[in-house]
Amino acid sequence: MRYPFPVGKSDFIQGDEAIARAAILAGCRFYAGYPITPASEIFEAMALYMPLVDGVSIQMEDELASMAAIIGASWAGAKAMTATSGPGFSLMQENLGYAIMTETPVVVVDVQRGGPSTGQPTLAAQGDIMQAIWGTHGDHSLIVLSPSTVQEAFDMTIRAFNLAEKYRTPVVLLTDAEIAHMRERVYIPLPEEIEIVERKLPANEEEAKYPFGDIHGDGIPPMPIFGKGYRTYVTGLTHDERGRPKTVDAEVHERLIKRIVEKLERNKADIVSYETFGMEDAEIAIVSTGIVARSAIRAVKILRERGIKAGMLKLNTIWPFDFDMIEELAERVEKIYVPEMNLGQLYHLVREGANGKAEVKLISKIGGEVHTPMEIVERVVS
Amino acid sequence: MYLKSAYEIRDKYLRKDMLPTIFCPGCGIGSALQYTLRAIDDLGLNPDEIVWVSGIGCSSRVPGFVNFDGLHTTHGRALAFATGIKLANPDLKIIAFMGDGDAAAIGGNHFIHAIRRNLDITVILINNFTYGMTGGQVAPTALKGLRGTTAPYGQFENPFDIADLAVSAGANYVARWSVFNYLQGINSIKKALQKEGFTLVEFLSPCPISFGRRNRMKTAPELLRWYQRITVPISKAKNMSPEELEGKIVIGEFVDRDRPGLIREYEEYKKRAKRMMGWEE
Ligand SMILES: Cc1ncc(C[n+]2csc(CCOP(=O)(O)OP(=O)(O)O)c2C)c(N)n1
Ligand code: SF4
Repeated sequence: MRYPFPVGKSDFIQGDEAIARAAILAGCRFYAGYPITPASEIFEAMALYMPLVDGVSIQMEDELASMAAIIGASWAGAKAMTATSGPGFSLMQENLGYAIMTETPVVVVDVQRGGPSTGQPTLAAQGDIMQAIWGTHGDHSLIVLSPSTVQEAFDMTIRAFNLAEKYRTPVVLLTDAEIAHMRERVYIPLPEEIEIVERKLPANEEEAKYPFGDIHGDGIPPMPIFGKGYRTYVTGLTHDERGRPKTVDAEVHERLIKRIVEKLERNKADIVSYETFGMEDAEIAIVSTGIVARSAIRAVKILRERGIKAGMLKLNTIWPFDFDMIEELAERVEKIYVPEMNLGQLYHLVREGANGKAEVKLISKIGGEVHTPMEIVERVVS
Repeated sequence: MYLKSAYEIRDKYLRKDMLPTIFCPGCGIGSALQYTLRAIDDLGLNPDEIVWVSGIGCSSRVPGFVNFDGLHTTHGRALAFATGIKLANPDLKIIAFMGDGDAAAIGGNHFIHAIRRNLDITVILINNFTYGMTGGQVAPTALKGLRGTTAPYGQFENPFDIADLAVSAGANYVARWSVFNYLQGINSIKKALQKEGFTLVEFLSPCPISFGRRNRMKTAPELLRWYQRITVPISKAKNMSPEELEGKIVIGEFVDRDRPGLIREYEEYKKRAKRMMGWEE
């Protein structure tokens, strides 16, 4: 396999470019999108690379169509991705729900910008955390990842595809304008250095009869892709194990939705990823994610220099959320600070996790600029 | 030529465990479905290589009843999903079943763009002038004066002529019949299924329950007589004045051409990309 970019060496590239290259290495061969700042460079890179690796890149009429097209491609057997920003992500919510309901592996990148509405197209924000988790309607669950560096944007894109395939679910890579346009050194691995997960296919005709049945007891049904003679019917309506619509049967609905939610809940240990810095003896914890985590790490160092026992929890996944882990952390510290680039979205989750065991304080900043480390330090010492 | 009984067609292609269908007595969707299955049968197409897609509405329930791979998607968006399926696996033949509201209202943008791209797909469009599934609201195809629950005093907007729209947007094949023109209907579907690019067969289809009842045509035969009154064959329409054509619907074959389809264009594009990058001669 020949790649249209150097592999097995480092390169100095933007976050958006890193995401595109990672997608290609992860096996993505279908991209559908609609241009929007600050996600357009992902599309432009995919447009350049895809025809060369015998994949497809297509500019759809809008984001509703882009989301629809990647779901269709996934049922035809391709690993598929789209990328957008806030307003486009809103348009994708209807079909994101469809992907959840039909257990379709797809990757959606949301490069956050300031909102609501068309807001601040070129500036960074973290205002889509709630939209990513709860944007579509009904009871549901999906996976949301959040990188802090360009290297992480690369690595997490590969992980997003792997998790999507493994759990037969849409995965949202929630990044922001800052990471999208920042250039950093990224190691682009050789294909043989990457672990690639492929979706579970039905082993035989019998298994294929239950495209939505928990036949292996792990909550993840094998996915009979189209064109293999399995005659699979896929619907966004509530359906039974065989895929037959059962729209007024409470039991079928409950069984389906609970399985879809629980297949992620019970695999939290595999999905949830976080890093800690100086948490061993910390009395104060800073919990953050994405671009802000970088300022927070620096803030912890400054606080430590000043003799304050601060530690840091950097969340690499935002959903599923490990509420228990936050509660344990809250039991060990006096205060938790949540710096984020919105008026308090991660804060809600952390407060719920802390469960009153520690005081949780929001350090909010909006308008497009990332918190400086000193802004975090000052709020902690004040 | 069409010797097979309806029972044979039913037994060969329908999912028995899904029957009965949700369709009301006198509904025309079943007829359009039967014509499509007869066309597939006549052409000897392999069901394993056909995927049915649909949006939401009565017409969109069809893929659930046929024993093929099928994707029953969100309202109006079937063709966007189909674009992904077809480009990811061009070996699959795609049939989309759509309602007039599905295709021309909520899905209007997807519809014209799928046609502009000449997406390789056959669309069977059920035009019943109404939103059947949600109980008889006006559709964008409703002729002026027709009643619906959301236009209780008669439609005051201009209707879309879907076939005309498809021709202007660039479809390779467009035909419109009423479901009572069964021979022409089957022949058109057969033609459509054999062509590259975007092909559309629109059927004027009786919806006695949601539409007819509100427009003093409670049964399928009453709707049949109305279709006979308002439809004009395309050959005859050519010699009619705009005044004479007011309130009439033209039926027949509107276009039959062979512009390259999206799949062929993309294959060429991939080759061009590799040439331009110096990857291939
Ligand atoms: C986003 C969205 N809006 C509205 C609906 C409700 N809805 C379901 S079917 C339908 C109209 C169906 O009419 P048509 O497409 O003409 O098909 P028919 O039922 O007449 O065959 C509507 C509005 C929906 N399911 N999704
Ligand atoms: S409501 Fe109309 S279109 Fe729907 S099944 Fe009944 S007759 Fe057919």
